[in-house]
Amino acid sequence: MQYYVQQILNALQVGSVYALIALGYTMVYGILTLINFAHGDIFMVSTYIAFFVSTLLLGLTHHLPPLFTFVATLLAAMAGTSLVAVLIERLAYKPLRTAPRISCVITALGVGLLLENFMVAFKPIGPDSRIIPALFESRNYSIAGVTFSTLQIMIILISGIAMVLLDLVVRKTMIGMAMRAISWDKFTVPLMGISVDTIISITFILGASVAAIGGTLYGMAYSIDPYMGIRIGWWAFISAVVGGIGNIRGAMLGGYILGFIEIFTPVFLPTSTYRDFVAFSLLLVLLIFKPTGILGKPAVQKV
Amino acid sequence: MNLMTISNLTHWFSGLRAVTDFNLSLKKGELVAIIGPNGAGKTTIFNLITGVYRPTSGQINFEGKELVGLPTNQIITSGIARTFQNIRLFKELSVLDNIRIAQYASVCYSPLEAIFHLPGFHKEEEKIRLRSMELLQIFDLEDQAYTISKNLPYGQQRRLEIARALATQPKLLLLDEPAAGMNPAEVEHLIELIQMIRKQFQLTILLIEHQMRVVMGIAERIKVVDFGQTIAEGTPIEIQKNPRVIEAYLGEEESK
Amino acid sequence: MDVPVSVKVPLAVKFWTRWCMKFLLCIIFALTYILPKTGIINPYIDMVLIYIGINIILTISLNLVNGYMGEFSVGHAGFMALGAYTASLLSVWVIPDSLNPYLFPFTVVIGGVIAGVFALIVAFPSFRTRGDYLAIVTLAFNMIIKSAIENIDGIGGPRGFMGMDKMTNLPWTFVWVCITIFLARNFIFSNLGRGVLSLREDETAAGLLSVNTRQVKVLTFVFSAFLAGIAGALYAHELQYIYPKGFTIAKSTDMLVMVYLGGIGSIGGSVMGAVVYTIVLEALRSILQFAGISQEWRQVFAPLMLIFLMIYRPKGIMGMREFPFLIPEAERFQKISLNPFSKKNRNRKKSEEVKS
Repeated sequence: MQYYVQQILNALQVGSVYALIALGYTMVYGILTLINFAHGDIFMVSTYIAFFVSTLLLGLTHHLPPLFTFVATLLAAMAGTSLVAVLIERLAYKPLRTAPRISCVITALGVGLLLENFMVAFKPIGPDSRIIPALFESRNYSIAGVTFSTLQIMIILISGIAMVLLDLVVRKTMIGMAMRAISWDKFTVPLMGISVDTIISITFILGASVAAIGGTLYGMAYSIDPYMGIRIGWWAFISAVVGGIGNIRGAMLGGYILGFIEIFTPVFLPTSTYRDFVAFSLLLVLLIFKPTGILGKPAVQKV
Repeated sequence: MNLMTISNLTHWFSGLRAVTDFNLSLKKGELVAIIGPNGAGKTTIFNLITGVYRPTSGQINFEGKELVGLPTNQIITSGIARTFQNIRLFKELSVLDNIRIAQYASVCYSPLEAIFHLPGFHKEEEKIRLRSMELLQIFDLEDQAYTISKNLPYGQQRRLEIARALATQPKLLLLDEPAAGMNPAEVEHLIELIQMIRKQFQLTILLIEHQMRVVMGIAERIKVVDFGQTIAEGTPIEIQKNPRVIEAYLGEEESK
Repeated sequence: MDVPVSVKVPLAVKFWTRWCMKFLLCIIFALTYILPKTGIINPYIDMVLIYIGINIILTISLNLVNGYMGEFSVGHAGFMALGAYTASLLSVWVIPDSLNPYLFPFTVVIGGVIAGVFALIVAFPSFRTRGDYLAIVTLAFNMIIKSAIENIDGIGGPRGFMGMDKMTNLPWTFVWVCITIFLARNFIFSNLGRGVLSLREDETAAGLLSVNTRQVKVLTFVFSAFLAGIAGALYAHELQYIYPKGFTIAKSTDMLVMVYLGGIGSIGGSVMGAVVYTIVLEALRSILQFAGISQEWRQVFAPLMLIFLMIYRPKGIMGMREFPFLIPEAERFQKISLNPFSKKNRNRKKSEEVKS
């Protein structure tokens, strides 16, 4: 029993990160119907930004309060990642907005691989894995045989808050309304005096920021390397599809489902190497029975 | 004998009723027009007949066969063809290819025969090409056979659409606003063309049209729909006199 | 004007396609056999040429789905892996060594067939909805295949599989490339091929014109996977060592680059794309080595090229055009007769202008 509670806690932790990344996939898809295959690698970039900023801050002669370093790192990662995401959108996706959708998806795939291979080839980063230095002291607590750390609780809590905030932004604010309007009709929205470019940029910024939160937290708990964009990114992508791509709450749900799959696969199958197999098979099976994902709605075609 | 009987056809678009209790029986060789204001659900009826949408309820019986639930291509091969309100040619392909694609179902060689170029393939291809050229000749398009279809002038694109629909060898032809965007001279030409193909291919035609010149000129029976409901039915003369129709549709024109 | 009763092919065209082309192919085949033996083609060039051949097959395979049909598969490396492993297992475990050289064509075809069978399984969920679902499903498929191979210890798991003889040589590669081009061309210029094109143009309209869209999609996908499987089988018997990490999305991306470089919807374009890309990558290897830069930058080049292609030349070099000699006689003759520069057509045009 303790073992399972422990695993559930771990699943929540991993699932939070997947959910945070999945949000970025789903928001961009919702507004542009573009599978932003580069998003996983944007997440990867965010972990590196967090890594360098935190190393820099901890290397200062003055010792800053841990809370300050943590928040500063988080904000810097969010800002930096947003910048990268917006740059990608402006340089690679915007020229293709009127092109067939397929060109845009292929470009996204290309951007993702470019980021990843660039990081590997770029000497100061290289293919080795690193760990983001501890920004605050993480204590281990033990209640009734279940162990959990400050970090673990922080990950689950901060992710939860970020998701609730994002959900509020999309549902309650004018920006959210504009985003939903664009996903309905890209051509009428400009007539209402809304700048489509701005809204699209904001979408990318929101997606990237949320991914950066996930990236910073993830990097503190696990190691980071340039390939994680694929490893974690694809999983987050499946989360988005499983939940129903384009649907924000679906992405969150999908993230947690995938977190549970990741943690519980080794529990029921001999080794953890079956994880990819189980996750992607689940995706295939789901697509057979519910092609739109758990919370997604089917699109109506016009004739 | 009835060629097609539509009974109690109803369709909802997530809470919005697009078509309500639509009934229609078509006799062989008839030319019936459906008219009604924009958004009255006319094109939806075509989409329901051809299986693009699945009706919420109702039956469509074509030559004793139930069409509801069949996939689109099977509905077409059972003898129904249609054109589109907004021209939907295969723009990047040649005129000939547009016609040949429409004969997809009537081709009788297997994929294996095709990829190994067995004798059956060449014979059948020859037949298709011949049939396509004949059809293009009827529509006065044979000189354009190798033109990329998006390069055709508008009137010819409209003609090609009808020719392409006929290439599926239909018994019933659904024409969705064939005169849209045409000038009066082109409209006259279209009317002649419809009369001609109707005779030559022994077609039954169901027509959606806004241009009264076309409707009153060639339709034998008219059905008026508004908000998905049938509000009148009869010969062109009856319709012109029907007060409900005048109110809903022809009102302004009549009062002038 | 009379309706043509039968397509009359001019003698020159007949002579060219029926004799010259075949003669030329025979000569090239002889050369592929002789040149490596005489040492005019050194082993390195020989290897590059074989890779070009394999890449041509892969590119044509992917072009059928992505270029001609306008769907989007990102998982063709998965089918390649299936072909590679099936053929390798056959030639190492099943077929006795002495028979291997004779049964090699059979081995390769089985590799293709297995890939095709899996494609059939994948095709069913993929084509229920239009749009990005094929991308998602093929992606998942690629991952599943890779993960499955990694988890089967009997075939080497993540360590890979070896023990194949070097069966793929230049003449064999050439023969397989010719077969692929022949089959793909016949496929495209057939009823089914026209169905494929109609899907790219307008799927709904295609269905409303009697095209069995589902059948077209599934058959094209299976055929495409079959070709990818063949390429995989050849690849395995060239490299003599295969491992699951060699068949990831990165490999699929290489194929995508070749397709969009050469040109979508074009066999000639596929050939060009594969040739140019393979040579450029090899050249880059030497250049980087010469300049003393790490070879890892080569991996940056492929995606960068893909992005620039998409933005500046999304249809590729040959986009939707074809070399005349790759078009079947009957189709080609028609196009020649309507050449706007031919005398007859110019005269006709003039007379039409006079009329109007």
